[in-house]
Amino acid sequence: MTARIQSSTAANRFSRGELMVAAAAREIHDGELVFVGMRLPMIAFGVAKRTHAPGAMGLFESGVIRDAPASELLYTMGDPPNLLKATYCGDMLSVMSLLQQGRVNVGFLGAAEVDRFGNLNTTWGSRNGQQVRLPGSGGACDIASLSQRTVVLLEHNRQRLVSRVGHITSPGNGTGNGWRSEQGLPLRSGPSAIITTMGVLRFGDDGEAYLASVHPGVGVEDVLTETGWTLRVADDLTTTPEPDAAELDVIREIDPDHFWTKT
Amino acid sequence: MVTAASKLVSMQQAIAQHVPSGSMVMIGAQLEQMIPFAAGHEIIRQGRRDLTLVGPISDILFDQMIGAGCASRVMAAWVGNASAGMGYCFRRAVEKSIPRAIETVDHTNLTLALALHAAAMGVPFMPTYTTLGSDLLKRNGNLREFSSPVNEERLVAVRALRPDVAILHVQRADTAGNAHLWGNLGVAIDGARASRKVIVVAEEIVAPEVIASDPNRTLIPGFLVTAVVHEPWGAHPSPVQGYYGRDHAYFHEYHDQTRELDGFERWIKHWIAGVSSRLAYLKQLGVSRTDGLRVRERALSVPVDFGF
Repeated sequence: MTARIQSSTAANRFSRGELMVAAAAREIHDGELVFVGMRLPMIAFGVAKRTHAPGAMGLFESGVIRDAPASELLYTMGDPPNLLKATYCGDMLSVMSLLQQGRVNVGFLGAAEVDRFGNLNTTWGSRNGQQVRLPGSGGACDIASLSQRTVVLLEHNRQRLVSRVGHITSPGNGTGNGWRSEQGLPLRSGPSAIITTMGVLRFGDDGEAYLASVHPGVGVEDVLTETGWTLRVADDLTTTPEPDAAELDVIREIDPDHFWTKT
Repeated sequence: MVTAASKLVSMQQAIAQHVPSGSMVMIGAQLEQMIPFAAGHEIIRQGRRDLTLVGPISDILFDQMIGAGCASRVMAAWVGNASAGMGYCFRRAVEKSIPRAIETVDHTNLTLALALHAAAMGVPFMPTYTTLGSDLLKRNGNLREFSSPVNEERLVAVRALRPDVAILHVQRADTAGNAHLWGNLGVAIDGARASRKVIVVAEEIVAPEVIASDPNRTLIPGFLVTAVVHEPWGAHPSPVQGYYGRDHAYFHEYHDQTRELDGFERWIKHWIAGVSSRLAYLKQLGVSRTDGLRVRERALSVPVDFGF
């Protein structure tokens, strides 16, 4: 899969991964504490730092806090370049404590499945009707439970965007508005956006996801067909902004061989 | 000055003496860094059974130990392959009881850290908000919801977890087990305090004076340590900051080669059963491969001054 989206300005070509990175970067505001995660969000953190959010700080559950993004592309958060010149290295609780205090503004997650209320499953999946054991939470449940905003990135299809996840590994809005506070989860926490390969979903006051923007070249009908429930569409639906030249420069500097941003 | 007794033993001895079948073993406390692969492989070679494996993530080491039939239970936040996702041995064990049935106790990184922290603190549980509303809370008996006695908030009590033995890979230690480690520490420090026994596996054995020169970096004091093993490259294919990088290709090769059971059997014969020691493993790995993982550019910290 190397399909590239033809942008409106013909000279400016970018991959879907690059578009998702740019969209993820815009979820980070200047000065925020960010639970970074790996893959596309790791690149998004670098983009945000170098463009609109130079004061953002990156937190890693392994025990690392970084101001400057790592000097080389990371494959895991434990890669040596992620420790060199870190702002802080310590243990897991020293970082997770900031998360539980409510000081982390935004956390990024991937998932095998997400549902209409933003609940995530990374424990039990299904393939051709067979139950498949997935790796599990890692820190995902902690981030989804405790960070002020959670942003999920995943591929958009009916197997991934389902009406109801079979297993809540990481809580979103449960069954709707008010559910999180009934469970005892922090008041200022919860899902904020789902960035897929087709568009960006956000959450209404009732706690349910709706389509807020479609990526350039993607039809709304296609998004609805590929979603496992009747997805509501925003009245003011927009087109996801294309990555600009500055963003693309940073993305390609961090990931020159398109290891994470190929498709 | 009285010199502390040496606890230095071979890996073979350390595992033979301190990791019997049925043990609860914490191995791989520092997430993707410094995973004690050499110790795990020796456990496999010595044919241990019915182990409970404890760790936040142990990357492909847990997958290998599960595939080898060493484990009857795994208490972890994540079991798989950090480079490629799925761990196929873990899947076969959970889904099909191959090579044996395995019980999974699903934690999150934070609940596992708190379980070890509670044991390290000597209390029965630690409170947290994480997992409220999740199915992990419903299915893991070590997580219990309760009402806070001070403000009636809903909280989760994470039951203390006291492993029989923690196996920790470190950069350097003296023969008494006083250990320097740096980089991302994960749950290593609480894990050492929480466990009944501690095996320290060190890249380098150094003089006690080296350790004593920087007590802030002595994150595991020797009196907690049962045995010290000198095992250079003992964490390969995971990285050890300041010593060698992560062998990313090895994780992908493992993923590709262990998709099917017979592939895993060939893999384990080649890399574990068929090699008698870490030295033999390294010989098989080849000098060009290890040379490619060596530190390319030193990044020494400025010494601190403990003078007065």
